Amino acid sequence: MPRPKLLAACTAIMVPALALSGCGVLGIGKAPADLQIYTARHYDLEGAFGQFTEETGISVEFITGDDAELLERLKAEGSDTPADVFMTVDAGNLWNAARQDVLAPTSSAALDEAVPEDLRDPEGQWYGLAMRARTLTYNPDNVDPAEFDAEESYAGLADPKWNGRLCMRDATSSYTQSLVASLIDLHGRDRALEIVEGWMANNVDIMSNDVLLLEAIDAGACDVGINNHYYLARTLEENPDLSVDLYWASQEGAGTHVNISGAGIVADSDNAAQAQQLIEWLATTGQNAFVDANHEFPVNPAAEPEPVIAEFGEFERMPLNAEAYGDLNAEAIDVLAEAGYK
Amino acid sequence: MSETAVLVDAGVSGPRRRLLTGNGRPMWSAAVLLAAALVVTPVAAVVIDGLGSLNSGSLPQDIGPMIVTTVLLMGGVGLSTLLIGGGLAWLVTAHDFPLRNLLSWALVLPLAMPAYILGFVFLSTFDVGGPVQGMLRTVLGPGAWLPDVRTLAGAVVVMSLTLYPYVYLLARSALVEQSATTYDAARTLGAGRSRALWRVVVPMARPSLAAALALVMMETLTDFATVQYFNVQTVSVGVYLVWKGSFDFHAATQLSVLVLVFAVAVLAGERLLRGRSRFHQKAGRGEGLKSRRLTGWRGWAAALACLSVLGAGFILPVAQLAGWAVGEAAGGSEPLLDPRFVEYLVNSVTVASLAALVCAALALTIGHAQRLGGGPLVAVAAQATTFGYAVPGAVIGIGVLIAFARVDEWLELAGVPGGTGLLVTGSVAGILCAYVVRFIAPAHQAVDASFAKISPALTFSALSLGSTPRRLLTRVHLPLARRGAAVALVLVAIDAVKELPIVLLLRPFGFTTISVWVYELARENFWEKAALPALGIVAVAVIPVYFLFRRSAGLKAGAVTHDQ
Repeated sequence: MPRPKLLAACTAIMVPALALSGCGVLGIGKAPADLQIYTARHYDLEGAFGQFTEETGISVEFITGDDAELLERLKAEGSDTPADVFMTVDAGNLWNAARQDVLAPTSSAALDEAVPEDLRDPEGQWYGLAMRARTLTYNPDNVDPAEFDAEESYAGLADPKWNGRLCMRDATSSYTQSLVASLIDLHGRDRALEIVEGWMANNVDIMSNDVLLLEAIDAGACDVGINNHYYLARTLEENPDLSVDLYWASQEGAGTHVNISGAGIVADSDNAAQAQQLIEWLATTGQNAFVDANHEFPVNPAAEPEPVIAEFGEFERMPLNAEAYGDLNAEAIDVLAEAGYK
Repeated sequence: MSETAVLVDAGVSGPRRRLLTGNGRPMWSAAVLLAAALVVTPVAAVVIDGLGSLNSGSLPQDIGPMIVTTVLLMGGVGLSTLLIGGGLAWLVTAHDFPLRNLLSWALVLPLAMPAYILGFVFLSTFDVGGPVQGMLRTVLGPGAWLPDVRTLAGAVVVMSLTLYPYVYLLARSALVEQSATTYDAARTLGAGRSRALWRVVVPMARPSLAAALALVMMETLTDFATVQYFNVQTVSVGVYLVWKGSFDFHAATQLSVLVLVFAVAVLAGERLLRGRSRFHQKAGRGEGLKSRRLTGWRGWAAALACLSVLGAGFILPVAQLAGWAVGEAAGGSEPLLDPRFVEYLVNSVTVASLAALVCAALALTIGHAQRLGGGPLVAVAAQATTFGYAVPGAVIGIGVLIAFARVDEWLELAGVPGGTGLLVTGSVAGILCAYVVRFIAPAHQAVDASFAKISPALTFSALSLGSTPRRLLTRVHLPLARRGAAVALVLVAIDAVKELPIVLLLRPFGFTTISVWVYELARENFWEKAALPALGIVAVAVIPVYFLFRRSAGLKAGAVTHDQ
């Protein structure tokens, strides 16, 4: 009979698997670490946390996930939550987490000194720890950077001379949304809509992935894109011959659009003191361990950016207004939809 | 065993039918209601949570176009999977051609390819920056017009290539279970091959085709990864935009009710497609259609047709992944494989096997209970168990979280110290629970399609001869529905191995599966690093497919020998 055979096969797979994973699956028999972290930031956390444990003796374990989902998990777990620190990407997400009362207000002189004022919550519910810039990238074979508008570089891409030459990320990407949110914050909704409509009028090619976008520029399929700086750094590291250069946007105007990853102490944490110690370490001694592997900029002005991105040169950033990023994000989605940007 | 397959219309079997659908057996009926409650609870928890705080609820601006896009996408994917999956199933079951035995099981493999991986592989190959268009530009000149792949059509192609195996698997088992005598009778009575196919074989396979189509459409409906790659804005994308972009979970749940409306439409459509016609085979299991040998160019054309589908949906993407993995191995200084790979693998296999066993067992229970009767309530409950598949995984995960949180509160109110504690996210209980909610649908569809072919007369005879319901299950229903049950195990196991949002959301500390690991790499665009573990998912998924088909290959081989 075939059926018993199939059952036997299932059992043959199941029994050793269960035995092997055993307690791991049931979540018992293992002492939890001192600090437990929920993080939507994935880049090479082991390195930084390992170094922290080495220096302080405080053990750390973390679980990765998506921003909004981890936030719902925190809320549902309530006072049962094992999490001590919530770490996420995008200022809007940090602002939202603070708004939903899952983070504890903190006061720390060390953090106030290490993290610039606009990159942290006024009540200390979260602190920015790593910074990425979203700026213009171009193929130097086809574009002279003097062609860009140095004052309003993002808006300048609405100029008809860029018709058929632009590649950008899709509207579902938080990168696109927060860029447009900052444009709304800067210029007002009407002007922001005008800019996005200008991009659309230039037949912008909308792509779903920053790396594909860089490859398209490299291949000459488009001349100019808007990218997070670290994707370019990473791709350059793999392929130094890549025909893509970076242009720091709006240097004679409001500055280049930046966003942050950051962290806060979970309101229901049972180990707030060590959680604060970790965040302070990440913002000071641990800055480079935390940001370098992903080619991000340290938020702490005392720390130096790693060599690959240092090559991009210094730049002025647009001051970050987390509340605007969060609050205006929905409006940004509206503006994108109204302009037909998908 | 008698080989006469008789078409019995259950709709007119009068008193017998009434007897069977009358009171049912309370315990078995209760089991169905319980399963339905299990599925409905997390979905209801989310909906109630959402409706509990009715606010301005910002619907996305272009909700109208989103609805149109969703309908077009579902229609396009449904139609093409029906053609590809149904056509291939007919080709491999009723014909003999070179490589058939290999192809007949290999054709299921695209199911093992997570859509978010195939989407990326497809775009990195065919999009403007990829090698194909690069080559074309070199040949045709830089200004040449090249088709845009990031369109609705592109999404339909990629989704059809991953989803057609649902139709293929269910249609194939329907054809294999189908007795050859009906087809032969039609042929003897003068019907040509195609007439016999369309008038006898297809109508008899209709319940299976409808069931598979419903699965495909629900999967299409809840997809978020693929559509995003192709800039196709469906209602599910709308849900995510509102949730993640507007930071408004409640508005998102209100919008996800709209997704549920689509799901209801799909399931209603499935019932309509199945129609009132129920074709039962009196003789129980058939030996399948006799294979017609395709000779010469016809045979090779058939092989080529299978190979081209397999090539696009499986071989090429696997080759691309393998290429990346090799490149990574050659250039990378880091170890190619994470040292915890075995642990991730074991975690994936364990959870997937548990989920598959539970879902298949529940599906058999439901099919069996429905046979015992119980009336419209049981029928509705049985249908309700399939809803989970039409709800995005993340929503189910949150539903499970909320439901457990409520239970925790009640327990604490009732004086239980600590309530449930951290049961749901402190162990794999939450993941399993959510998997059952989501994957009971494919199990149910597979088993139900098999049950649909068992004549009520068999159930009736066994019962009237004094068989207990349990004996009826083990001696009559289980053997007759065993192919459906095996398909259910395979479908759920594969789905569970590649499942992502639920395990990502509910996993306890230290619990990582292969799919989570691949996603973490893919999400950061480390595609070269993700390639090898992605191949791991594919390799794991091959195992259940192999077991399913080694068995039926034996059966078919017997039929072929007999034919010669």
